[in-house]
Amino acid sequence: MSFQPVLLWSDALLFVLFAAIFALAFWARRQEALRAAWGRVARDPVAMAAATVLAAFIVVGLLDSLHYRARLDVKPGEPVRYAVEVHSALDALLAGMRSRGEKTYSAPLATHLYSKEALADSAQREFPRLKHGGAHLGKDLSGHEFDIAVRVSRGCAGGLVVWLLLVAAWCRLRGVEVIEMLKVGAGGTAIRPVVLTLLPILLLLGIAISLGGGYHVFGTDKVGQDVLYLSLKSIRTGLLIGTLTTLVMLPLAVLLGILAGYVGGWVDDVIQYLYTTLSSIPGVLLIAAAVLMMQVIIDTHPEWFATSAERADARLLALCLILGMTSWTGVARLLRGETLKLRELEFVQAAQAFGVGRFAIMRRHILPNLMHIVLIALVMDFSGLVLAEAVLSYVGVGVDPSTISFGTMINTARMELAREPMVWWSLAAAFSFMFALVLAANLFADAVRDAFDPRASA
Amino acid sequence: MLAYIIRRLLYAIPILIGVNLLTFALFFVVNTPDDMARMQLGVKRVTPEAIEKWKAERGYDKPLLWNAKAGGSAAVTDTILFAKSVRMFVGDFGRADDGRDIAREITTRMGPSLAIAVPTFVLGLFVAISFALLLVFFRATTLDFAGVVLCVAMMSISGLFYIIGGQWLVSKVWHLAPISGYGGGLDAAKFLILPVIIGVFGGIGASTRWYRTIFLEEITRDYVRTARAKGLPERVVLFRHVLRNAMIPILTGVVVVIPTLFMGSLLTESFFGIPGLGSYTIDAINAQDFAVVRSMVFIGSVLYIVGLLLTDISYTLADPRVRLQ
Repeated sequence: MSFQPVLLWSDALLFVLFAAIFALAFWARRQEALRAAWGRVARDPVAMAAATVLAAFIVVGLLDSLHYRARLDVKPGEPVRYAVEVHSALDALLAGMRSRGEKTYSAPLATHLYSKEALADSAQREFPRLKHGGAHLGKDLSGHEFDIAVRVSRGCAGGLVVWLLLVAAWCRLRGVEVIEMLKVGAGGTAIRPVVLTLLPILLLLGIAISLGGGYHVFGTDKVGQDVLYLSLKSIRTGLLIGTLTTLVMLPLAVLLGILAGYVGGWVDDVIQYLYTTLSSIPGVLLIAAAVLMMQVIIDTHPEWFATSAERADARLLALCLILGMTSWTGVARLLRGETLKLRELEFVQAAQAFGVGRFAIMRRHILPNLMHIVLIALVMDFSGLVLAEAVLSYVGVGVDPSTISFGTMINTARMELAREPMVWWSLAAAFSFMFALVLAANLFADAVRDAFDPRASA
Repeated sequence: MLAYIIRRLLYAIPILIGVNLLTFALFFVVNTPDDMARMQLGVKRVTPEAIEKWKAERGYDKPLLWNAKAGGSAAVTDTILFAKSVRMFVGDFGRADDGRDIAREITTRMGPSLAIAVPTFVLGLFVAISFALLLVFFRATTLDFAGVVLCVAMMSISGLFYIIGGQWLVSKVWHLAPISGYGGGLDAAKFLILPVIIGVFGGIGASTRWYRTIFLEEITRDYVRTARAKGLPERVVLFRHVLRNAMIPILTGVVVVIPTLFMGSLLTESFFGIPGLGSYTIDAINAQDFAVVRSMVFIGSVLYIVGLLLTDISYTLADPRVRLQ
């Protein structure tokens, strides 16, 4: 094999999580009530459009989670060796973008470097040409704008063709007329917003591919890395923090919340004391304190980690763990309150009268009736966590500085705002990617809440 | 009522002890002072003597819980738990790494923090409630829908963007306010305008949406229908009836924040260079000054508990039916 697969802990957890989501979705298809609720989500065009955007982000994130180490070229007869740095499938796809680094900053689609330098062949300091950005133009730069226009239209055309092919294939499979499906109020309403959202995504993708072949679409950063590449790599970090944190938090919140509400007595007192104490510490400070301590542990035990990728990964997981430990209190409190209500209802009392055991009641009768709260908490927390990552990285208690994330991108770009002319592109790219991800998550979360919250249906 | 307050204050004691033990465990048991010394000194300069010196300077060279060498009551008091954690209850936070008294530093930095946090809070509350009432007044119209979409979009924007974008637009492009800094007395006003406006602006999305939900829930009640049936104009219904009845859920979310205003805002203060408690905390985190972080955790929880108590008391002011016993 020309590469050695590497499974980082966070990759494994992410794949387990998505497998679990698919399994749950499969199971939910056969549950009448759940199917009805998800049906309400599917009939909401905004929710479906948001889900499509989210799915695009998730595909990028999952591609970025297939890690490997490339094989090094060795002379025949020598033992096989693998590269030290760990790459992902996304890196392989974007190999061109990753390797075509410049010297330092360059503006989006630029042909020249951002700062002047003394060149060998002239007495004055001038803007040197970029090594890769616009290199295919040669000496004559008069065709620069024209070339960009050609590439944009070529990318648009490519995106459009792919979109048409996809739509045609889907219609063929389902035996629907293309025009029928795109009409307002057509039978398969759930698919219409998906298809319409797919179009701009594919167009943008086409433009990015076509322009990215010859230019740096979002410019380059201080050390000359392509900003578009960095933004795409940041998606995985954001997704991980948004999902794994909830994964850590949920079992704790569900278990303790139900126990406190159903068992009552001293158990309730202890659990209430626990979450009141934890929630009385201001969130950022508790996270900061825990992260500082984690840093000390990681720094004093360098022997635990074979590669720097593993160390950064461990730090990312620890951050998720810490965020989860500090954020379970709110959900636990909600679940406790709801359990208190459920405990007094007839079906629970009937189960008690039949002699069903405590834990069987909690599992069979209480837990299924709390799932909507759990689901709502899961989707509502996601966007907040993605935003929190950026803030925490700024405060200095976020992900490892070597991990590419929106937070680290913003943090490094922030220093450059004072320069003249301003270096705005890294910030703009990080903020727009983050905005798209969080907005899609927020819109989707709203639809899920409306569909599952019995109070909201009024 | 007085008996209730006293009882609530007594309840606070075990919680504060819990917070104290938690921070103690985090800072001294999970990592021993030796680990911290090694990390702060860096790899190169680590010698047993240097570690001992570092610990002695900060008073970390005592046993954790029980000092067997000291006799009598000193066996309990001459320990890290007592010297570093228990002393916090009487407001003795010890010294920061730069040798300054933390309690003193906190009292001087409280002023600038409040000067930003209080106007932001009051103005933000006013603006968000007004917008929410406006949306509810035009509920189920295009304006309401557009307003909600705008709110969701605004809350999807990172808080960092509001600060960075605001600084760039207002200070750099329009030259309307200084980009950062702080001055004493009336001079402070010109430094405060920008952070306050940005703080209010950044919070509008989430809070307007939240108040709108509260008002919409209230507007389906019977008393609202009665008020309309009496022929009251919608304006009066909203201001005199709905707003008042929505006070309880509003107070639940709002009053608890008031005491924590003392803590300042981490982001705003550090971006605008305001010498308040927020930037103090950030500096401490970046310099890994554990004593300061520990003190701020403790103060934060005290203020939060005070906030919970104030919330209960405010219920009785807003709704005469609520009685605390």
